[in-house]
Amino acid sequence: MNTIEIIQRIAIEVTINGQRYQRDVEPRMLLVQLIRDELRLTGTHIGCDTTYCGACTILLNGDPVKSCTVLAVQADQGEILTVEGLEQDGELHPLQKAFIEHHGLQCGYCTPGMLMSSYALLSNNPAPNRQEIRKSIAGNLCRCTGYHNILTAVEAAAEEMRGE
Amino acid sequence: MYPAPFRYHRAGSVDEAISMLSELGEEARPLAGGQTLLVWMKLRFDEPSDLVDLGRIPELSYFEHDDVEVRIGALATHAQIASSPIAERIPIVRDCANGIADTQVRSRGTIGGSLATGDPSCDWPALLHTLDAEVLCKGPAGERSIAINEFCEDLYATALEDAEIVTGVRFKMPAANSAGAYVGFKRCAPAYPTATAGVQLTLADGDICQDVRIALGSAGLTPIHATDAERELRGKTLSKENIERAAEAAVAACDPVDDQRGSPEFKRSVLRVLVKRAVGIAVRRCSGEAVESHHEYY
Repeated sequence: MNTIEIIQRIAIEVTINGQRYQRDVEPRMLLVQLIRDELRLTGTHIGCDTTYCGACTILLNGDPVKSCTVLAVQADQGEILTVEGLEQDGELHPLQKAFIEHHGLQCGYCTPGMLMSSYALLSNNPAPNRQEIRKSIAGNLCRCTGYHNILTAVEAAAEEMRGE
Repeated sequence: MYPAPFRYHRAGSVDEAISMLSELGEEARPLAGGQTLLVWMKLRFDEPSDLVDLGRIPELSYFEHDDVEVRIGALATHAQIASSPIAERIPIVRDCANGIADTQVRSRGTIGGSLATGDPSCDWPALLHTLDAEVLCKGPAGERSIAINEFCEDLYATALEDAEIVTGVRFKMPAANSAGAYVGFKRCAPAYPTATAGVQLTLADGDICQDVRIALGSAGLTPIHATDAERELRGKTLSKENIERAAEAAVAACDPVDDQRGSPEFKRSVLRVLVKRAVGIAVRRCSGEAVESHHEYY
């Protein structure tokens, strides 16, 4: 057990969904806490808090990460995309539309993480097969859908984005 | 569920990290990708006084290979390794890198962190036993390289001295007639494996085992180098019978712990299958077949 007498504050700057934010944060602040509690972007959910469930998945410098297992200070100078950044000019992203269309969600708790993992997949692989989609969302748990409709939604969104 | 307070320091170079760690003392920890350390800190299994962030040290991110040797920097993430030319050329490396946890953890977790943790459930230590690798380290006393079997000393205990960090790994480039496979079984993608097996085979005349290395992960307090299993195969023509005996010898060498991932008996039965499966894939790869393989889960 250690006692830290004076709480250290570190100045960080991050860009989230195109907007720049500067904050002085405690070293132990998790990236998901910065996003939700400090910046009030509550679309990113906290599920398990133990790096299992993937509800807190966001993109950090283009890579999908579990924001409950990254310190805010590690994201300093980083480019972040959260679920709020998917919609453009009031228009839902094709993935979001496909999740609605194909019932890729029920309670919706895992959905922001599912969307961000799928977004990362489609950014690198515009025409994934089912196995590749399964592997890309293997770190995202859903307890409602049984995953079937999520796979269908991602396939449909990929098709839509390819203009087919 | 959140970490206890600590002080944060960002190191700009390996030397700066070492001097910070020396000065801060034994309650300070180096931070790489954080995919184990931060989880432990959130659960308060560990409450370091200080974290020295290695994450932005440019000299720790490298991939180098020629026909003789492979060298990978400590900060290489599992995802970067999986998509590297090294993984393209050495399929057993891709098996391991792609099998670890899930996409998100592979984005952040590093090969150096996986080694320095000293966790026998981590995949890299077992894979690097299979490839007879050396761990490159640097500390207050300078640089040294440590054979992987000497590096992994005990449960969560490595040969690293105070303020010494892992800077990379190196291993010999497998010969043209050599190929391997690393297979694992786990409950779900983000879980640590229940058990893993790595096999690197060198074949002569199609099916004569010129050389072999077999290592097991999550099978004891450190990765297990199954030397008796190797003796069942080395110098012999591979057959169903001697592969079976090798799997039995591998199981006899392991000492898995009883935990939520299964009883020792269950893990032994999983390991028996994994060794045979890894040998099978390695044989096919030796013959030039491209075999996709990764960890399996329910």
